[in-house]
Amino acid sequence: MKKIKARALSLLADGTVKRVLGWERGEDAFDCSPALFENEAEMERFVYGTCAGANLSKYCVKMGKAEGKTLVILKPCDTLSFRQLLHEHRVERDAFYIIGAGCTGMMDENGLLAKCAACKGKEFAVYDEIIDTEECRLPTGTEKRMEQVEKLENMTAQERFAFWQGELSRCIRCNACRNVCPACTCIKCVFDNPGSGVQSKAPVTDFEENMFHIIRAYHVAGRCTDCGECSRVCPQGIPLHLINRKLIKDMNELYGDYQAGLGDNERTPLTSFTKEDAEPGIIHERGNG
Amino acid sequence: MPKIGVFVCWCGSNIAGTVDVEAVSEAMKTVPGVVFSTNYQYMCSAAGQKMIADAIHEYHLDGIVVASCSPRMHENTFRKTAQAAGLNPYMVEIANIREQCSWIHKDKEEGTRKAIVLAKAAVAKLLHNQPLQAGTSAVTKRCLVIGGGIAGIQTALDVANAGYEVDIVEQRPTIGGRMAQLDKTFPTLDCSACILTPKMVEAAQNEKIRIISYAKVEKVEGFVGNFRATIRKKARFIDENKCTGCSLCMQKCPSKKGRDEFNMEMNNRPAIYIPFAQAIPNVAVIDPEQCIKLKSGKCGLCEKVCSAGAINYQQKDELLEREYGAIVVATGFRPMDPSPLNELGYAENKDVITSLELERLMNAAGPTKGTLLRPSDLKHPREIVFIQCVGSRCDENTNRGKPYCSKICCMYTAKHAMLIRDKYPDTNVHVFYIDVRTPGKNFDEFYRRAVEQYGVDYIKGMVGKVAREGDKLMVRGSDLINNRQVEIAADLVVLATAIEPDPSARSIGTMLTASMDTNDFFTEAHAKLRPVESPTAGIFLSGVAQGPKDVPETVAQASAAASKVIGLLAKDHLVTNPCVALSDELLCNGCSQCEKVCPYGAITYENREVRGPGVREVRRVARVNPAVCQGCGACTVTCPSGAMDLKGFTNQQIMAEVDAICL
Repeated sequence: MKKIKARALSLLADGTVKRVLGWERGEDAFDCSPALFENEAEMERFVYGTCAGANLSKYCVKMGKAEGKTLVILKPCDTLSFRQLLHEHRVERDAFYIIGAGCTGMMDENGLLAKCAACKGKEFAVYDEIIDTEECRLPTGTEKRMEQVEKLENMTAQERFAFWQGELSRCIRCNACRNVCPACTCIKCVFDNPGSGVQSKAPVTDFEENMFHIIRAYHVAGRCTDCGECSRVCPQGIPLHLINRKLIKDMNELYGDYQAGLGDNERTPLTSFTKEDAEPGIIHERGNG
Repeated sequence: MPKIGVFVCWCGSNIAGTVDVEAVSEAMKTVPGVVFSTNYQYMCSAAGQKMIADAIHEYHLDGIVVASCSPRMHENTFRKTAQAAGLNPYMVEIANIREQCSWIHKDKEEGTRKAIVLAKAAVAKLLHNQPLQAGTSAVTKRCLVIGGGIAGIQTALDVANAGYEVDIVEQRPTIGGRMAQLDKTFPTLDCSACILTPKMVEAAQNEKIRIISYAKVEKVEGFVGNFRATIRKKARFIDENKCTGCSLCMQKCPSKKGRDEFNMEMNNRPAIYIPFAQAIPNVAVIDPEQCIKLKSGKCGLCEKVCSAGAINYQQKDELLEREYGAIVVATGFRPMDPSPLNELGYAENKDVITSLELERLMNAAGPTKGTLLRPSDLKHPREIVFIQCVGSRCDENTNRGKPYCSKICCMYTAKHAMLIRDKYPDTNVHVFYIDVRTPGKNFDEFYRRAVEQYGVDYIKGMVGKVAREGDKLMVRGSDLINNRQVEIAADLVVLATAIEPDPSARSIGTMLTASMDTNDFFTEAHAKLRPVESPTAGIFLSGVAQGPKDVPETVAQASAAASKVIGLLAKDHLVTNPCVALSDELLCNGCSQCEKVCPYGAITYENREVRGPGVREVRRVARVNPAVCQGCGACTVTCPSGAMDLKGFTNQQIMAEVDAICL
């Protein structure tokens, strides 16, 4: 943390950047929230450590419009989100100075974050410099990430429906998942747009209201980097990331392994067509309901 | 609220048989917006159309719903009717209560209920329709023909003779295709080369035709009237403009191990070669797999002997970009490989050959200079057995071959049998067959001549086993007419193998978004009424690419395809579909996903000042080129924010339809 803070201060001082997007210390050791620092005095509150779980990429969409460069500190998995935003032209690379910050797994009061328990790797997808001092020994790999998805896949359709009905009926539509999601960057979300036809429908049941999550998962499909922020911020503890992971797993199986935020952005599974693509009938074949 | 009229068609008994049309038109009277509803025997008839026009005038209708057949059939008819009566033609909606209702239901009550729901959905959509204006797009007056066999040549000649430019793209080093490999053609037995080569020469000499051989179409973009193709012209390591076709290089080339594709690989050819004497272009090509110079850097003999200085070992593939108004698929066929049918012993026995191999063995330019000698020991065969339907007419579940009849085998087998009996009267010829099918002008007479005049032994039955015993091939089969098993000690066995589409067809079909059947034959826009057009506008079908055909049929179809091409190229402008995508710049995020999915390249991005309530800033937003957009809707479903919408099929219209059906 010291190295990162020192580097941030020097970049602020020499005018390379106008502001720093990082984290600040809150009420207790676990309270570590995204914050913006514009001078040395504000930087007093700067903190980086094992509780800086929040992904700062989403804030970059707004920060990118501010004058001058913004210093943003991104962990390896956060850089995937940032790079995906670059692919989608939602941020300009020149507007940011990126410090890739080493990460040994992030925690909250309940221990290691779910997203870190299935770490996607230690590589930085985009950065100006890397400050990485400690070696991380967390296991990585897709298999671990997909364990729970496989459990859901092995349920019968009725069991699975009951599972999601139970989970999603707890949703209070606080929109935290949407607001934190680095893939949800629409200028006007369809759920806020009266013209979309989905905004003001009266729900018939609690569960129907939560088709919201299904729609949202489809909107970010192919663009979701599996950063896990949706589940991390959910006040009701709904494992929302599992919906996204199921879609990622299906895409990997049908169109070959793909990680949003990597690659050259030329070929993405859902926006490209090849002769080898699965036929639509696959949906029927794979459904085990 | 708009005033809507509903017109329910009986389609004779096609709809009225399973749908209570009276009940449908009555039920529609209670739907909000509907001010007039009726039914009639044939809405598409002049009387039916007059009924619509009269109602539009009398009730001052703002839009009409016709509950009838598929919009593919009569949408245009009713649009024109509405337009003539003063309505915008896009204020017409068709409820398909025939293909999607009456034809698939047996229960009248159920059918009626569904017809009412479909008509209600159409009304719900129509309530959100906006009048649309069609634009126009220019037509590039040039045609691309993919495949330079007899089909492609004939189409190209006909189109060129009408005054339009044609490019023939042929994957092999010469045009001519399969017909060039044939010895004689049924039922007149003229020499194939003698009738084909004049056409090849005519194509080469035609100023409007450009032959691009040893090339393949790599990419096609655009739409009817405005296609843009990328063609890869493979390096032949010869300067086409310099080579005189003298063939001296072929004689001197020390590498003679290339398999002669033209002779079905029954003999060898040099690494530098001209496929056959009458090849067009008459230009050599170097096989890089066999050429010593290209593989090891040593040799270079051909360069030394070539007085024209045409050899160029450094030549690279060349990419051509050309624009076309129409594309003709004439990709042809190849014989199926009979090796997987183990019992026929094709893979193990040199003297079990396919009919196309026999064509080469009987041809004066073939590996035996036209003397019929069997491949294993070059002896005259005295007992020859033909087996028909090898890989054709197979049960689809057995994986032994094709479900279809290859159509040409009965006739060419009769031809082979007759020619052999004529030339070598001491040779016995037996033909195993399932059925003999000879529909065609002078075809049955031809077959009967083989049996009656030439004494060919036709045996109705299948062959169970071909096995080598000494220098004989023992053919065991059944004779169904005499109800006994037969065994023939043959010197040569000829398999009439099924024909299958050329392997290049599948990728070309995908490239052109032209639909194909499960056997990879291209499907026609209508099996009976539009047999030479693909359902994809601007794509036409010529020859065996569409289904098995003999030479006369292929030529007839090739000319038919040409007439369709000419009809298209004769137009200066095409009316474009106004149902195109439109981006709402206030909602657009500039994420570029729509640009990526657009198969027509109709979407571009630009930085533009966006103004709206409380908004004034420069944003990166999508722009649709309405002349290029084909209204496929891929962008609308990709757009996460709903900024992209499709005129005539707006999200709101689709939602209204769904609600009308579900709520």
